[in-house]
Formats: sequence, structure tokens, C-alpha cells
Amino acid sequence: MSDRMRIALLLAPAMTVIVVLFFGGLAVGVMRSFNWMPVIGLTEPNLDAYRAVLSDPDFLRSFGLTLYISITSTLISAVIAIAAALLLRQSFAGRGAINLLFQLNLTVPHIVGAIGVLYLFSQSGFFARMAFHIGLIARPAEFPALVFDPFAIGIILQYVWKEVPFIGVIVLAQMQALGTDYESVARSLGASRWQAFRHVLLPLILPGVLSASIIVFAFTFGAYEVPLLLGASHPQALPVLAYKTYTDVDLAARPEAMAMAVVIALLSALMIWAYLRATRARLRS
Amino acid sequence: MNGPSRLSRSMLVLSGALLIIWLILPLVPMLIWSFAHGWRFPDLLPQQWSLQAWDYALSDRSGTLESLGVTILIAALATLLSILVGVPAGRALGLYKFRGKGLIELMILAPVIVPGIAVALGLHSVFIQLGLTNTLAGVVLVHLVPTLPYMTLVMAGIFANYDPAHESQARSLGANAVQTFWHVTLPAIMPGIIVGGLFAFLVSWSQYILTLLIGGGRVITLPLLLFSFASAGRNDITGAIGIIYILPGILILLFTARHLSGSNGAVGGFGRI
Repeated sequence: MSDRMRIALLLAPAMTVIVVLFFGGLAVGVMRSFNWMPVIGLTEPNLDAYRAVLSDPDFLRSFGLTLYISITSTLISAVIAIAAALLLRQSFAGRGAINLLFQLNLTVPHIVGAIGVLYLFSQSGFFARMAFHIGLIARPAEFPALVFDPFAIGIILQYVWKEVPFIGVIVLAQMQALGTDYESVARSLGASRWQAFRHVLLPLILPGVLSASIIVFAFTFGAYEVPLLLGASHPQALPVLAYKTYTDVDLAARPEAMAMAVVIALLSALMIWAYLRATRARLRS
Repeated sequence: MNGPSRLSRSMLVLSGALLIIWLILPLVPMLIWSFAHGWRFPDLLPQQWSLQAWDYALSDRSGTLESLGVTILIAALATLLSILVGVPAGRALGLYKFRGKGLIELMILAPVIVPGIAVALGLHSVFIQLGLTNTLAGVVLVHLVPTLPYMTLVMAGIFANYDPAHESQARSLGANAVQTFWHVTLPAIMPGIIVGGLFAFLVSWSQYILTLLIGGGRVITLPLLLFSFASAGRNDITGAIGIIYILPGILILLFTARHLSGSNGAVGGFGRI
């Protein structure tokens, strides 16, 4: 058997699954968003769904909210993750145990984290109770709304909780592979600690931070259960709105839901492009 | 480099402690709730402890055990299929250089980044036609979208460090294809299959929207059950089911901690859990 043949046979099952389920699902979503589905008699594609969605203030507000949640969560997670990795690369007693604890919530599903955040930060949650005992508040309602709130604080807290270890573990591995020689050289040449970090270490780890952050950004933009549990009822995060529109009793709204799914897919396509650029930079460095 | 001063040393320890506490803290109220018998504002701890929530969660009435079975079955099937399909693909990507490889890798990477909901709405309208909605088989198939790319990428990493010369040696000594695979290839790639498989299992284990949409509320996995108790305000039962739900992941983490580091392809899968 020639190598070409062998490669084709090895890849065929996986590519079939991915082309049919993933690209097939995407393609059908795109077609339906244009009201074009010859199989069921829709033969004239049009832009009605996009017109309806893009002129709907609810959609625009959802889009803005989701973008804000993703950007904020990703930035905060990346900064804390870098700081955490700097901390954890030091040698100290019990480092193995601490590293394990740092990774603990990597395997905890988002929905569990969301429930945990709810029990900590709701107006009758753990921190509200603490505030009561210190005398800061007299009633639950006096505790600031940190979940179901317009600024999506609860959602962002959950994402930061979940994603700091994810980015942190990747950055830590990079730092350990690099060692401290480069920084030592910079320091011996008179650089301050901050300068050694800013001009030597940070550029070296940045591609890894970027590729992990891009995965986080795309995930948070498309996640459903966290904003469903912790978000305000209005405006809703885009995936929540898309699901609600799709399962609406009015089947005519389905193309609009598909258009929203296409918007999410387009944004993640942009993320893939950014990811490839970041990983290429990582391979070069 | 000079060692850090005492002050900055204790600052380091303090911020490290804060970090770890923050990472564990959200799990604590869940654990306490599961043993609480009424836990009203503003009590910092429940007035009474009880095993009622656990009793209920583990009884037939709550549906937890049934959900647990369904969740395990779906995750096991999705993992098995991902291994069967992903190992050959990983071999092609890890061992060979060929034209169009970049494109193939891109197509396999895409489902890791594109959110499930963007694919699932379109897939749902096709699955309706095929009678796959509201069925376990449909849910297993849709779980392949996040699990397969991940398994394939892990195996590509394993095969990149694999020497196929051992196989030709075995063949020249008279082993047939099956014997060679069984005695030479499989033992060499087994660690990859185990770690990749465990995390593919976890990726399926943690799916929510794909199961909800394709399962149509008929296929109730643990996260769906957990959500319904959480939104009904049954905090004690939510706590108990939540603990049951996260245990396998924590066990898998303890089991694989030695094999994992951020440079390992397996970690990428955490982005989807």
C-alpha cells in the first residue's frame, strides 16, 4: 500500500465524523439562516433573518453583553494566571500538593462552578452572611447584587475561577521549560525584576498566553449554562438568547436563532485565525 | 539572583494561600449544603446536620442513579468511538508529512474552538429528520464533536514520538499485522490512549447544551439533573448531586497528575470541560 493510500485510510473515519457532524451542522445552520433549504421547499435564499436579528435591540444588547463578558473574563483570567504561574514556579515546601490543588478545578464542570458562585455571592450567600456578621448589612437585600446583575459580575467571577488554572497550567509549563537563565542574565546586566519580567520573560511566554486566552475567549462567548444560571433575565447572553429563540413555539423564529448561531461561529472563526497566528509565533520562539 | 527578602517572601506565601483558597472556596458551600438540614440566612453554618439530601439523592425518586448511569454510558460510548476513530487519525498526523496536512489539522482543531451551540442548532434540524433527536444515540454522536478532535490531537502528539521501525522489525520476524499491532504498537501508545481517553470521557461528562438540545430533555445526564434541582432552589440535593458529579473528574486528575503538564496536548481539552 502506498503512503498516500495509507494516510487516506487512516484519516477517513475521523474526517467523515468531523465533516458530517461538525461542518454539516454548521452548513445546515448557515443555510437555514438564509431561509434556504431546498429539501423542505425553501428554494429562495434571503436575508430576512439577518435583517430581523441585526435590527433587534435585544440581539444587539445581548451581543454587546456577551462580548463584554468574554473580553473581561479573558483579560482578568490571563493576568491572574500569569501572576499565579510566577508564584508557583518558585520552589517551596509542599509544592507538589499546591500544584495539585491549583489544578483541582480543571476537571470541575462549569455548571458546578456556577452553582458554587451562586452559593458564595448571592444575596443570601456566604459573603452576604459574613457581611451581616461584621455588621455591614442588616438584610440580604442590602448586599450588592453580584449575581443576576446587569454587569454580569457573577458570570465573570465564575469564568475567572475556572480559567485561571487553565491558562496558568499552560503558562507554568512554558516558564519551567524556559528556566530562569534568561532573566538571570538580564538581572546581572542591571535590569530590575520588573524589567526582567516585562522585557525578557513576558515576550517569551506571550504566544502561549495568547493561544490559551483565545480558547477561553471563544468558550466564554459560546457558553450557555453559566449565563443561564448566573445571568440577569434581561439582556441575556447571546447563546442563551439563541437557544430561547430556537426553542420558541413560533417556528418562524428558527432562522433568526440560526443567524445568531452563525454570528457566534463567525466570531470563533476569527478566534481560530488568531489562534493560528499565535501558535505560529509560539513555534517560532 | 538574590533571594527574596523576608517581607516579600511572606507576601508570596500570603498571595499563594489566597489563590488556593479562592480556587477551592466555591466547592465548600456545596459540600456543606449537602449535609445541611435547613441553612437560613444569616447562619454561617447549618443549625442542624443531616444525611437527608444524600438519602434522597441516592434514592430512586430523585433519578440521580439513573442519570449517573446514562451519563456514564454516553461518556463511555463517546470515548470508545473517539478512540477507535481518533487513534488512526492521530497516527496519520503524527507519523506522516503530506500535502494538505495543515488543512486537515485546521479542520480537526476547529471544533475545539467553535462553541457547541453554533453547530448544534443546525445539527438538531438534521437529527429530527433522521429520528436521532431525543435519543441516547443522537447524544453520543453529537458528543463526538468535542471529544474526537481532542483524542486525535493527543494521539498525534503520541505518534510524533513513536518509532514505526519496531513494527517492521516485528513483521520481518514473522509477526502478522494483528500480532504486530497487539504486541508492538498498542503497548507503546497505551499511555496516550489512557490519558486521552480519560479526558475525552471528562469532555463528554461535562457537556450541557449539546445534551439538552439533541436529547430534547428526554436524555437526562447529571448536569441537566443538577441544573433542574439548582433552579428549583433545592440547595441540599443540588449539593449532594454536585459532589457526585465532580468526583470522577477529581479522581481522574489524581490518577493522571503525573502525566500532565501544560506542555501536554491533553491539557488543551480542559478548555472544553
